[in-house]
Amino acid sequence: MLEEVLAVYPEKAQKLRAKHIAIKEEGCSCAIKSNVKCIPGLMTARGCAYAGAKGVVWGPIRDMIHISHGPIGCGYYSWGMRRNLTQGVVGVETFSPMMFSSDFSESNIVYGGDKKLAQVMKEAKELFPTVQGISICSECPVGLIGDDIESVAKKSAKELDLPIVPVRCEGFRGISQSLGHHIANDAVRDYLLGKRERPEEVGPYDVSLIGDYNIGGDAWASKKILEEMGLTVKNVWTGDGTTEGMMAAHQVKLNLIHCYRSMNYICRHMEETYGIPWIEFNFFGPTKIAESIREIAAMFDETIQKKGEEVIAKYQPMMQKVIDTYRPRLEGKKVMLYVGGLRPRHTIGAYEDLGMEVVGTGYEFAHKDDYDRTFPEMTNETVIYDDATEHELDEFVRRIRPDLVGSGIKEKYVFEKMGVPFRQMHSWDYSGPYHGYDGFPIFARDMDMAVNSPTRSLTKAPWNKAKEV
Amino acid sequence: MSKAESCPTSNCATTCTTSCAPAGDTQAVLDWMATEEYKEKNFAREALVINPARTCQPYGAMLCALGIEGCLPFLHGSQGCAAYFRSALTRHVREPIAMVSDSMTEDAAVFGGQANLIEGLKNAYATYKPSIIGMFSSCMAEVIGDDMKSFIINARTQGAVPEDFPIAYANTPSFVGSHITGYDNMLKGLLNSLADTRNGKWTNGRLYVVPGFDLYAGNLREYKRMIKAMGIYMTMLPDPTETLDSPNTGEYNMYQPGTTMAELADALNASGFLFLQKYSTTGTQKFVKNVQKIATETVTMPIGVQNTDAFLMTLQQMTGKAIPAELEAERGRAVDAAVDAHQYIHGKRFALYGDPDLLLGLVGFLMEIGGMPVHIVCSNGNDAFTKEMEALLATSQYGAEGKVYSGKDLWHMRSLLLTDPVDMLIGDTHGKQIAKDAKVPLARIGYFMTDRVHLHRQPIVGYQGAINLITMLANIFIDEYDRNCPSERFEMLR
Repeated sequence: MLEEVLAVYPEKAQKLRAKHIAIKEEGCSCAIKSNVKCIPGLMTARGCAYAGAKGVVWGPIRDMIHISHGPIGCGYYSWGMRRNLTQGVVGVETFSPMMFSSDFSESNIVYGGDKKLAQVMKEAKELFPTVQGISICSECPVGLIGDDIESVAKKSAKELDLPIVPVRCEGFRGISQSLGHHIANDAVRDYLLGKRERPEEVGPYDVSLIGDYNIGGDAWASKKILEEMGLTVKNVWTGDGTTEGMMAAHQVKLNLIHCYRSMNYICRHMEETYGIPWIEFNFFGPTKIAESIREIAAMFDETIQKKGEEVIAKYQPMMQKVIDTYRPRLEGKKVMLYVGGLRPRHTIGAYEDLGMEVVGTGYEFAHKDDYDRTFPEMTNETVIYDDATEHELDEFVRRIRPDLVGSGIKEKYVFEKMGVPFRQMHSWDYSGPYHGYDGFPIFARDMDMAVNSPTRSLTKAPWNKAKEV
Repeated sequence: MSKAESCPTSNCATTCTTSCAPAGDTQAVLDWMATEEYKEKNFAREALVINPARTCQPYGAMLCALGIEGCLPFLHGSQGCAAYFRSALTRHVREPIAMVSDSMTEDAAVFGGQANLIEGLKNAYATYKPSIIGMFSSCMAEVIGDDMKSFIINARTQGAVPEDFPIAYANTPSFVGSHITGYDNMLKGLLNSLADTRNGKWTNGRLYVVPGFDLYAGNLREYKRMIKAMGIYMTMLPDPTETLDSPNTGEYNMYQPGTTMAELADALNASGFLFLQKYSTTGTQKFVKNVQKIATETVTMPIGVQNTDAFLMTLQQMTGKAIPAELEAERGRAVDAAVDAHQYIHGKRFALYGDPDLLLGLVGFLMEIGGMPVHIVCSNGNDAFTKEMEALLATSQYGAEGKVYSGKDLWHMRSLLLTDPVDMLIGDTHGKQIAKDAKVPLARIGYFMTDRVHLHRQPIVGYQGAINLITMLANIFIDEYDRNCPSERFEMLR
């Protein structure tokens, strides 16, 4: 199948793409090429460093103003598109639903944008005096014309008495949004982390929840479980996050990371610098939630372990009810996934809880360590693809004919037109949360809704159906 | 006004320089943000843009390219931009949007993007089998000064695509103009690159109709229906109707019907060009009229009865075809709808934002049914637009309070809504937060509607569009009243 799918490409592209696709076999070494440049001219789903830094990591920090520094477009397209819910009154306590741009014109390209940037920040502070910090997320031209946003940030930080963070996330850097995550983490490390101390002492159960962007309320659902376990979630990175939480984030006992891809960097840094241990966890579907609760609890004492078991026991009947309702409708259905971050592997357990089988999965911008974590989760004969092009995905779906595809907005309507049920697995298709015990019933309902919708039976006109018979 | 006096809290000293808002008390800050003082501060802004109602050039260029049959839009620049444009348009129309980029990264920034462009053309041509490529640039390619024209020539020489494979290109720097500029530039690029030169006085007898930047598939269908009803032999250029609203048949086709290559090639032999928007086609109008000497007319976007009248009369004048009874009957129905529903709209105050052409159409429409446009914000309006809008407002007593704010954004609009309240805000999804803050309903009309389904399928142009708009606006007012009225005022009749 792979050869046939790739046959359309010119020779060089064919050779390159072949390295990114594998079918899992018994005892295979399971290597797949990842984290390399996209091939020009092939439709990729990947974004850019700016998308990773501003769109993913910085955007959900609610009490900061995130300036899209450069032409208007990048800010416009990343405005409100990630569904990062936040608390607080817009314009006073949260700025996440808003869009701030330095709106480069031709003269800024010619003469540089540093003066404008300083002015932008001054105006922002004047109009929004309650703002707690500013990030400067630079777009392509800023790096190309060589503006010195670091020195502007330094000067303005003093003048405005605010933490101001220059983020060098120009879109041409790196090969996908992944480098943007890394750059964003480094900026957090250099400009926020450890810059403020909480007055109270670090409690024995103080933790950070890292890499949950609160899409459709995910972070709140995750936080609920951790708190019921007896842990104190001191801050969330970065869904519904606050500047103060980020600055004092070194004062916890343990870092709990959900999206490994986007935030492992800062966890490693805190481990090295502050000696804070970190573990990954997975809050999709009751099986993985229970596993994760036990793994997290094992990091603490018996009190937490006991409470963890109580949480599992409390929710088990509710989850069983969800499974009893939906499993008969979804049993044996085949799923193909193509997402980013953590979902191509993390959501597998939730599908399996519903009796569904993941037959293909892949990432937009993963690294080797993501695939190392993914292969063991997969059954044999699963197709695994890295940075799949639209052509490859279309062909895989045409040949495998899964019962459900989970991918992003750009892919959604391609498969809807093919008559294959689809859910957006970046944004939960405007539903959610999908995390935690709150999320699983919604996840199950949504998958059932997609797979079993009666609308699919309308596709063929009855007069054509009659002809076929 | 001294800062200390206007400060809502007493603990702010006279030395306060950056802000007079109180810290900690959310309500006090909110109250301050609704004042005239805040509005002044807000309008004094020179550099910061907050919540703009416009985006960048390549987005418009993409729409334009998607209107040519078999055309693959090709962004010369970073793949991140392409992902953003595709996502944004897909979210609005809920349709697959195909487009490639040549994935420029750091090495292209240093060495230029030629290698990416050539490799990209080769791969895109082989994989997606387009019949034409419409290429446009990102700001990155523009800043480093890439020369698309010579790169394309080199690509052909190196055999990336056949010598005769049609490629149109346009420069669409994101730091100049907005999405409507990009639409205009790409359209001119298509004509410049792919239309055969004008064949003397010979014409193909065809009227070329340019819809302008318009994401309503319903509008494009309505234009075609009306023009065909007049018996006019026409080509829509470009025609993204099917791309913006394609049937679900169980099969995915990457390319939808649109303006054909033959029609594009023959464009400069048109009997005439009719532009249905002025500001999103400025450069193309000049090219067609002044350079190519083709009979050219431009109308105000035909929203409302009078604008539609003008549109049909322009068609009549350009082609000599009569306006058929069928359309006259439609007009009568639109007038009937206006008369029947005017009481719900008459004297109501409106705030509007959007693209210049859309706003000109909407303001004319509102005034003809007795609505009062008050705040008109146009993030991508220029001086010519401001003058034209002011002249339009001056034609009616209902325009007396209307004020135009070109180059302003939705945070300016928020101040306007809070200091000088209106009954309804008209705009796209991006206005929902300020509408909520100002406690006014938002009528969703415009080009980025990601929180409601299928509005782009219903025309807002032509007589049918007028009926749709009247229905929408009147029923929103009635819904609002029902939801908020005291129980003793709750009635079956409205």
